[in-house]
Formats: sequence, structure tokens, C-alpha cells
Amino acid sequence: MSVVVADSLEQALDALAAAPHATVLAGGTDVMVELNLGHRRTDAVVAVARVPELCSWTYDARRATVRLGAAVRYAEIHADPLAAWLPALAQAGRTVGSPQIRAAATVGGNLATSSPAGDGITVLAALDATVHLVSSAGRRDVPVGQFTVGPKRNVLAPGELIEAITVPVARGWQGFSKVGVRNAMVIATANACLAVDEPAGSVALALGSVGPVILRCPEAEAIAAAQCDVAARRASPATVAAFAEAAMAAARPIDDHRSTAAYRRHAVRVMAGRLLRRAMPHE
Amino acid sequence: MSEQYTLRVNGADRPVQDAWVGESLLYVLRERLGLLAAKGACEQGECGSCSVLVDGEVVCSCLVLAASAVGQEITTVEGLAEPGAPTDVQQAYVDAGAVQCGFCTPGLIMATHALLERTAAPSELEIREALSGNVCRCTGYGRIIEAVQQVAARRGEAGR
Repeated sequence: MSVVVADSLEQALDALAAAPHATVLAGGTDVMVELNLGHRRTDAVVAVARVPELCSWTYDARRATVRLGAAVRYAEIHADPLAAWLPALAQAGRTVGSPQIRAAATVGGNLATSSPAGDGITVLAALDATVHLVSSAGRRDVPVGQFTVGPKRNVLAPGELIEAITVPVARGWQGFSKVGVRNAMVIATANACLAVDEPAGSVALALGSVGPVILRCPEAEAIAAAQCDVAARRASPATVAAFAEAAMAAARPIDDHRSTAAYRRHAVRVMAGRLLRRAMPHE
Repeated sequence: MSEQYTLRVNGADRPVQDAWVGESLLYVLRERLGLLAAKGACEQGECGSCSVLVDGEVVCSCLVLAASAVGQEITTVEGLAEPGAPTDVQQAYVDAGAVQCGFCTPGLIMATHALLERTAAPSELEIREALSGNVCRCTGYGRIIEAVQQVAARRGEAGR
């Protein structure tokens, strides 16, 4: 049969080894759109959404990380207990599509699609998540920032799957922000994730939908680290403004059917400033 | 290549023959199994008019690869009730005037059943969020939300 509904990781990897260019199907919320609209043809599918190893997650208290199986769905991520450990990913998860989409869409599929507008990827980038890849030839780990290499392009080799994503548990305030034409069921015009690492005294900022891949903002992050009192959650209005300007400067947006580059730059400045103020409510 | 598989739909085994590998569940339900309640509009998960339950979860059938749903329990509006004997949700939609052109209604009925299974007495915000994946271009949603609230209230009274 040309559709393999894998019920173990081994079976999925064997099927992919036998047909390395098969379409890997997780939640289907991206792949099926391409099939329905005739943008993709396929004669072989390996369905991985029911692979138990990919559907489970583990919490590592000692390392303070959560390892999410690639087929963990957004409906699970935006509920506790995952939401308590990964609040920004949960927040982003709540804006990924509708309840129907979130019941199917997986975090690994979100990453594998490698859309520049992927809401979940922006959060994973801000949190320096690690992507665990597996094939019948073995395993390798890739930092999330090196996983996507362009719009809808990534380092996955034929026959290779995302097995899991390790995400550090929140070590300070974190939040996700998104601009789009409505609240539900919308692809971001621009999105942003800010995560504070209190013990390290640092602030991470990632931007989506404003470049060929998700972007980090090293200059804005340096401003925040140097000028914010992270422990007291304090930032001056000048710091917030400088942070927002630096975030805007890091954006590399284009004009397209969803918005203009100029509006996206403006949106980035507003979102970055708001996120930093939420993280640092005291002036 | 032609695919042969059997889906479990509304409690019955339904063989599917000579299918293309990439067919959506929506296509198979409508074109191969003759179940016309789920509606096809956007074919990209935006409108919710094709919503069905797969293993109890409401999903867009246009985004389910039919051949990958083997072994799962699929429920469409046809499986909710016999003709002429509507469920309380269907009756409330009629009573509240929540049906105009009717195209989105089957998807909304499935999403409403799924919501009330999880949350017996949802707030208006919870109703709006639960139905946010179902687009209606006629009603403006007010009467749809009233219908959901009516069901919740009637079930609450019946349960007392």
C-alpha cells in the first residue's frame, strides 16, 4: 500500500528508508492544503501522527527542559501541564489556526513546514530549542536556528524525520505577540516572541513573518541585557524605545499579498516594545 | 496507483475502492461514500464547513488524508441522529434561528457537540473561541451563540 500509517517509529523509519521521497504526513494541516489545491503530487505517504514515540513528551526536572515528541499537537501544548512550563509556546499555540487545526496540527509539522510565518517556530527560536532528527542511519541534533535555511526549506535529508524538540522550561517572563487580520485562523502578518532568562539576566527576542526565516535580534537583546534590571523587572521608557527600534532594524520584511514591508516593520516595533514592557512592567 | 481501504464511519465499516492516495477525508465522504453533510468550501482548513469528529475530536475533514484515518472512528452529522429526530443541538439551531443558508451548519453542529462534550456550561468567550474555526457568512453569529447557550441551559435543567 502506498500509504503507510506507522504505529511505531521503527516502522516509520523503515517505510521512509524504502521510499525516501515519500510525503511525511503529521497533522496534515499543511500537506493536505497542498494536495487539495494541486500544489503537491504524491504517490507515497508515511503517516506519523499515530506513532506513540512521537506523540509523547517528557519533562526533565534536573535539566529543566521539556522534550516534545514531534507529533505532539497544539491542542495539548496550549493546555496544562505543558502550558505552565512553556507559556509562550502555549500562547502561540492558542493562535495557531482554529480548534479544528490545533486538534490535528503538530509542533514537529509546524517546524518541518518551515514557513517564515510559523507561529510556533518563532517561540522555539527565542527559546534556543534543539531539534532531534532521526533516520534509519542514525540520529543528529540541530539547533532550531540552524534547522530552517529559507522559506519552506530546512536541513531535513530524504528519509529523515523530526523525532522531538527539546525546549527549556521558562526561567522568567515570556510572551508571544502576533498581528493578523483577525484573531482566529490567521497567518501572521508579523509575530514576535520575547523570553526573559532571569538567572542569566538576559532577554531573547525572535521575529516571524518578517524575513526568509525566523530572525533573532542580537542588537535588541544586547540593549535589554545591558539596560534592563531583569530581577526587578524594570526598564526605562528610553530602553523600551531603543529595544523596539533595534528590533525593527533586525526585521527584513517584504511586500506580499498579506502586507507591506513598511507595515511589518512598524508592527515589529510596536510588538517588541509591548512585549518588553509586559516583561518589565516597572519604569 | 489505486488504494483500497476501509473506514469506520458512523459506526459502520465502509470500504473505499480505487481511490487516489492523496484524497482527503472530505472528498471520500462526499464523493465515494455519499455522505453529503460535511461541506467543501475552502479545502484548506479555513472555513470549518467540513468539520467531522475523528476519534471524538473535531477536525477539518479536508485536512485529513482519508487513507490515514483507517482504524479511527469518524462521525459526521449523518451519524448524530436519524432523519426527523434531531439532536438537541440541531433542534436548538432551528429554534434560535441560527440557520440561514445552511452551508456552514453541519460543521457548526459538529463543533458545538464537541464543545459541549468537553465543557457543559461554556461562557460566551469559550463558545466564540470553540466556534472560531467555523465561518458563517449569513447570521453574524449572534443566533448561533444563542443556540449553543440554549442547549447548555436545557441540558443543565435536565441534569438537575
